[in-house]
Amino acid sequence: MIAELGHFALALALVLAVVQSVVPLYGAARGEPALMALGGSTAIGQFALVALAFAALAHAYVTSDFSLATVVENSHSTKPLLYKITGVWSNHEGSMLLWVLILTLFGAAVAWFGTALPPDLRARVLAVQGMIGAGFFAFILFTSNPFLRLSPAPPDGNGMNPILQDLGLAIHPPFLYLGYVGFSVSFSFAVAALIEGRVDAAWARWVRPWTLAAWCALTVGIALGSWWAYYTLGWGGWWYWDPVENASFMPWLVGTALLHSAIVVEKRDALKTWTILLAIVTFALSLIGTFLVRSGVLTSVHAFAVDPARGLFILLLLLIAIGGPLILYAVRAPSLKGGGLFAPISREGALVLNNLLLATGALTVFIGTLYPLFLDAMGGDKVSVGFPFFNRTFVPLMAPLLIAIPFGPLLGWKRGDLLAAGQRLIAAAAAAIAVVLAVLLLVRPAEVLAALGLGLAAWIGVGCLAEWADRVQLLRGFGRDTLARARRLPRSAYGMTLAHLGVAVTIAGIAASAWESERIELVHPGESVSIAGYDLRLDNVERIQGPNYTADRGTVTVTRRGSPVAVMHPEKRFFTVQQMATTFTAIDTDLLSDLYVVLADGDGNSTWTLRIYEKPLVPWIWLGCGVMALGGLMSLSDRRWRVGAAVRRTRAAAGAAADD
Amino acid sequence: MTRKRKRLLVVLLSLGLLGTASALVLLAFNDNLVFFMSPSDLAAKGAPETRRLRLGGLVETGSVSREADGRTIDFKITDGSKDVAVVFSGVLPDLFREGQGVVVEGALGRNGVFKADTVLAKHDERYMPKEVVDALKQSGHWQGEGPAASTAAKP
Repeated sequence: MIAELGHFALALALVLAVVQSVVPLYGAARGEPALMALGGSTAIGQFALVALAFAALAHAYVTSDFSLATVVENSHSTKPLLYKITGVWSNHEGSMLLWVLILTLFGAAVAWFGTALPPDLRARVLAVQGMIGAGFFAFILFTSNPFLRLSPAPPDGNGMNPILQDLGLAIHPPFLYLGYVGFSVSFSFAVAALIEGRVDAAWARWVRPWTLAAWCALTVGIALGSWWAYYTLGWGGWWYWDPVENASFMPWLVGTALLHSAIVVEKRDALKTWTILLAIVTFALSLIGTFLVRSGVLTSVHAFAVDPARGLFILLLLLIAIGGPLILYAVRAPSLKGGGLFAPISREGALVLNNLLLATGALTVFIGTLYPLFLDAMGGDKVSVGFPFFNRTFVPLMAPLLIAIPFGPLLGWKRGDLLAAGQRLIAAAAAAIAVVLAVLLLVRPAEVLAALGLGLAAWIGVGCLAEWADRVQLLRGFGRDTLARARRLPRSAYGMTLAHLGVAVTIAGIAASAWESERIELVHPGESVSIAGYDLRLDNVERIQGPNYTADRGTVTVTRRGSPVAVMHPEKRFFTVQQMATTFTAIDTDLLSDLYVVLADGDGNSTWTLRIYEKPLVPWIWLGCGVMALGGLMSLSDRRWRVGAAVRRTRAAAGAAADD
Repeated sequence: MTRKRKRLLVVLLSLGLLGTASALVLLAFNDNLVFFMSPSDLAAKGAPETRRLRLGGLVETGSVSREADGRTIDFKITDGSKDVAVVFSGVLPDLFREGQGVVVEGALGRNGVFKADTVLAKHDERYMPKEVVDALKQSGHWQGEGPAASTAAKP
């Protein structure tokens, strides 16, 4: 009964979405306030209905209602409660429901927080959100109904893929979707602006917080996914350039470009059409990401289903959702007048460079990801594109971008002085050179590229701090004024500095991976393996019983020059329902390096295989992503975005529009 | 600087970047594409030595043996009609089992033994890499995937 209620709520949400995509648009064209205002109510209504449907599905999972097909396929009565809940979105149907839940959440948020928006813009934005919603509700109801009943109901379920039974992966999809779907708001704003034929600074001011929020969530989502792959797969890798990873990385790259170009629209009233295009492309890539992962085109952990009907439906959705706005763009974009002029060497120029490099980088990732699929579809050879390809295309394109980071904030709007900026970065350059030399001289084995990478991290890090010091005039004598200036600096400035520092931290983590060491040894209990100055002794291996698995649990004592460091417990788990073994890696970290131990079968004569990695600075990769997201949040909390501020700006903008 | 000249500069810069990117992509494609082959493909067409490739099929039952050093593993990959000997040194993935679909990446040695540096037994819902399924279907040794698949195959 509850499941039917959920199904009905979804159908009702589809009806509301259709109403929302038509009525407010008509109202905005006719200037009828009542019709325009309808969008707000339907958006909030949709969210309530989808939340109801989601709760109904969650209820079915928690109570192990095996009359529902998805519950049978993805759950089991012995599964721990936490994974029964996360099981709701660890499969195709449930994850699409999560997708629309987040979509309607954003729609409701626009309705809620957007009361200060001009009513016609708000109506149009909500109408576009309604269209996206309608497409996805239809997709769920017609091709992937999560409330499909089975009769007779089987006594128990098939269980969930064991490697998905993990906390990191449990919260990875919600964050990823918050990012993907969050970009739908900037997309809707872009399409609404195209319909209206007007883009101004106020528009950019409304778009930026949404983009920023989505970007933060996507950053965290990607980092979580990478971290999960690192500790679950047992290979010690944190990024495989796997198509599924690339699917989330492409919207991130273009979204990052969008974040930066929106600043130019806001401050200088330039780059309007480009920003609109980026907003469309970012969401298009989010949709393509969904398509790649959900249609089963890619065989990977995430491809839950192989169903051509779904693929065709998503392909059609993609065609409408991307083609429509692009045609609208082609018609309307030329009429959007460009604003402020600027010299090539200027803040705007630096942001244009940032955009071009990020967009080109995203393009190479796009080619590397889709070329094998394209070739396969054309009936050509089966190929795979891996690490070497991306290392030789994407990395060279990102190097100049990263080198340019500290320059950007130091250049003035309209016309910048590169020489003056360079002078203010002398400390950063000195730090970078010192780091490179120190690493080359002191660290063995000598790795030139990695040393340069660490130097780059130092350059960005010190460069960002130098810019901050410059702003608060730290070097002109420290006093009460300095503190006052530091307090007066807007949060968005701190946000930028933090986010750029995060980039430096991540780069350092990536560069240092050149010094990781690996040992694979066959050992008897009681024997030791040494790696990077540590001695690891396998004390014993015992058989333990988990909630839905049995495991061989090793006890590994780690010492360094005789003094104890840690006791680690790597496990090899065997999930009885799925008849599948997984690795449970033991990781000991002091945030400067990770000790990573995997227990594997031996040769059958009471031996075990230990795979041990020592990975310097590897936690910094995810730490840096966290700092980037924190920077985004800091910027998001800036006073400029608050509702009251937006109202004032609206009036100012309305006044300016009236003057035209 | 006029609007026109500014635009020209941006266009030139973008073209330059696109050119660089295409050059990088083409160069990387030349050297770094890894082709997928089945044992039958390998027997029919052969493979250039030292060229990296992926080989996929089922791990032949009874073919897995461990060498004296405890780390080097020998096994055969078969697609039902042809098989290829593979040598791999390292830790096998959890899903590696005899009779299980796998993909190995590496290069064919002079002695006809495939030296793998990566073994992928993918955590796919069907526990079978897609390329392997296709290769098995092609060689006519596709058995279906047990009860779940046979119910799905019904109209």
